Amino acid sequence: MTVTSQGRGWSATVENASAVIVLSGDWIARKGGVEPEAASHVLATGARTLSFNADRLGRWDSALIAFLSSLRDGGMVFDEAGLPVTARQMLALASGSSASPVPPQARSIPERVGYWALSIRDEAGEVAALVGTACLRGGAVLRGHSSMRGRDLLEHLSNAGIAALPIVTVVNILVGGILAFVGAVQLRRFGADVYVASMVGVAVVREMAALMTAIIMAGRTGGAYAATLATMQGNEEIDALRAFGIPMFDVLILPRIVALTAMMPILYLYGCLVGILGGFVVAVLTLDVSPLSYVAEIRAAVSGGQFILGLSKSVVFGLLIALVGCRVGLRAGRGAVAVGQAATAAVVAGIVGIIVLDAVFAICARALGV
Amino acid sequence: MTRLEVKDLSVGFGDVIVQRQISFKVAAGSIFAIMGGSGCGKSTVLKAMIGLLRPSLGSIHVDEEDYWAASDERRAEIGRGFGILFQSGALWNSMTVAENIAFPLKMLTPLDDDAIAALVRVKLLLVGLGSVGESMPADLSGGMRKRAALARALALDPDILFFDEPSAGLDPVTARRLDDLIQELRDGFGTTVVMVSHELPSLLGICDDGIFLDAETKTAIAHGAPRVLRDECTHPAVHAFMNRERMPGDPGGLHGHH
Ligand SMILES: Nc1ncnc2c1ncn2[C@@H]1O[C@H](COP(=O)(O)OP(=O)(O)OP(=O)(O)O)[C@@H](O)[C@H]1O
Ligand SMILES: [Mg+2]
Repeated sequence: MTVTSQGRGWSATVENASAVIVLSGDWIARKGGVEPEAASHVLATGARTLSFNADRLGRWDSALIAFLSSLRDGGMVFDEAGLPVTARQMLALASGSSASPVPPQARSIPERVGYWALSIRDEAGEVAALVGTACLRGGAVLRGHSSMRGRDLLEHLSNAGIAALPIVTVVNILVGGILAFVGAVQLRRFGADVYVASMVGVAVVREMAALMTAIIMAGRTGGAYAATLATMQGNEEIDALRAFGIPMFDVLILPRIVALTAMMPILYLYGCLVGILGGFVVAVLTLDVSPLSYVAEIRAAVSGGQFILGLSKSVVFGLLIALVGCRVGLRAGRGAVAVGQAATAAVVAGIVGIIVLDAVFAICARALGV
Repeated sequence: MTRLEVKDLSVGFGDVIVQRQISFKVAAGSIFAIMGGSGCGKSTVLKAMIGLLRPSLGSIHVDEEDYWAASDERRAEIGRGFGILFQSGALWNSMTVAENIAFPLKMLTPLDDDAIAALVRVKLLLVGLGSVGESMPADLSGGMRKRAALARALALDPDILFFDEPSAGLDPVTARRLDDLIQELRDGFGTTVVMVSHELPSLLGICDDGIFLDAETKTAIAHGAPRVLRDECTHPAVHAFMNRERMPGDPGGLHGHH
């Protein structure tokens, strides 16, 4: 009994459970010469032994090897004699196991909750260690006992300070102006135009200058810290520091933390100034408020306590942004994707952290009566 | 038959010339070596040959066709017949090893997913990485990454394979296996191979022909099979390189003795 089966570039003649496969024409993968089901068609003929005739075979590449190797893996007696020598070599090269390792068992929900809780505990431990090291090494800096390089610090100071001025200016001026606008609409109903100044002053000094500046810095500096450190991690630069025994913390982390924590209060004061200025422009141009009365009103409304509140917030925010950025960057995986993820995570975590801390400050300030 | 011909090629970055007046021919099915010391411009010449860097002067002919005079589309089409193994591997880190190989097939051929999967499997088997298709490149060892990058270079069944330091950073046994693999691929598929290397064992073991670039004179100072250069070339720089000796007059040590 003879069965035949054929496809693109091959035909099989099966007699008494032994098949002869006649190969013909070109087998070029790029030109669509791959027929993934071909091997299963041959196997379906019920043949037990396979032999080949390649007399009419044209040009071939891995398309042919793919076909032959899936036939060979079909578990038949396989006679390569009819194949071109080079194809036999390639086929020999392509032997070996292609079994994928067993995928890890899916975890049940309680297990996942457990792992999640453990990972949170570990993360909390790591963060506490980072904060602790930051305090210890920060103390060392104050006593002049650290291997932080002045040049690094200067560079980070200018990055987190002067380089951030334009955007801090724009955002704070606009926020001051917007506050004045919104306030004016309400206050005008009571003929209390002049109080727009105290509203802008208090809002900017207590909340907006610190908050907006911190959010800007979380986006531009915190994200950059995370991305840089993650890239260094991926390039094995951090491993190289560790291997030399160079204190990675002093070289990479400390200058960033010190720079941002030092610059934030300065940026905050500057933000207050331009915020009040933004309010001033709007108030003087669009409301019946004279420049002098605006200034006088601001001086009456804003107390030293509010500045201290704002300043302490900005220090804490700066510390938070730098710690989050560095922590996320150091923990990042390797590769380009990890860098993007680290930058995103640092910005998101930074902003959420800032807002949560701001709420905590609001509660404390109320309790203290500031 | 000549597969590749480089005529009076000069390459450089901006005003800086890295190599000038280089000419050589690569015969179809041969393994051609670009040799020379570190920093002499081997990778730069290779970049011009694979379309990444426009030559300052001169031309490169692929199967008689002027590669750099062709339109961008035509050059991309010729380039589809190239397989390239970069010095650093350059696997796409956001994809699994199998996806790295499947991606060019998906983008550049009309094959369906099953056909691509079958080809990917064969390429991985060819380089001896049958079981790591689902791993991420970052999780492989250096040697495995090199082999994965080789599998990707083979993705489109190239007519010409370009290697930049294929065996650098591998242990001698693994390096030898990679050399054998390159040779077997050449024998099996008839691929032409151009490789940049300064690993003497690979150069002497598998290369049929080659060119020796010099950093000082910024041009080629010797042509020929590495084995022949080792035994017969009298140029001191080539002789020293091929025999792993000091240059005449060099006291030794990177800074010399004081
Ligand atoms: N993108 C670039 N811009 C400017 N100069 C470059 C660039 N890439 C390389 N060079 C310079 O070109 C010269 C040759 O570099 P190339 O990478 O080609 O050397 P190489 O021979 O491959 O060295 P190695 O064996 O160390 O890989 C070097 O002097 C290098 O500084
Ligand atoms: Mg190089």
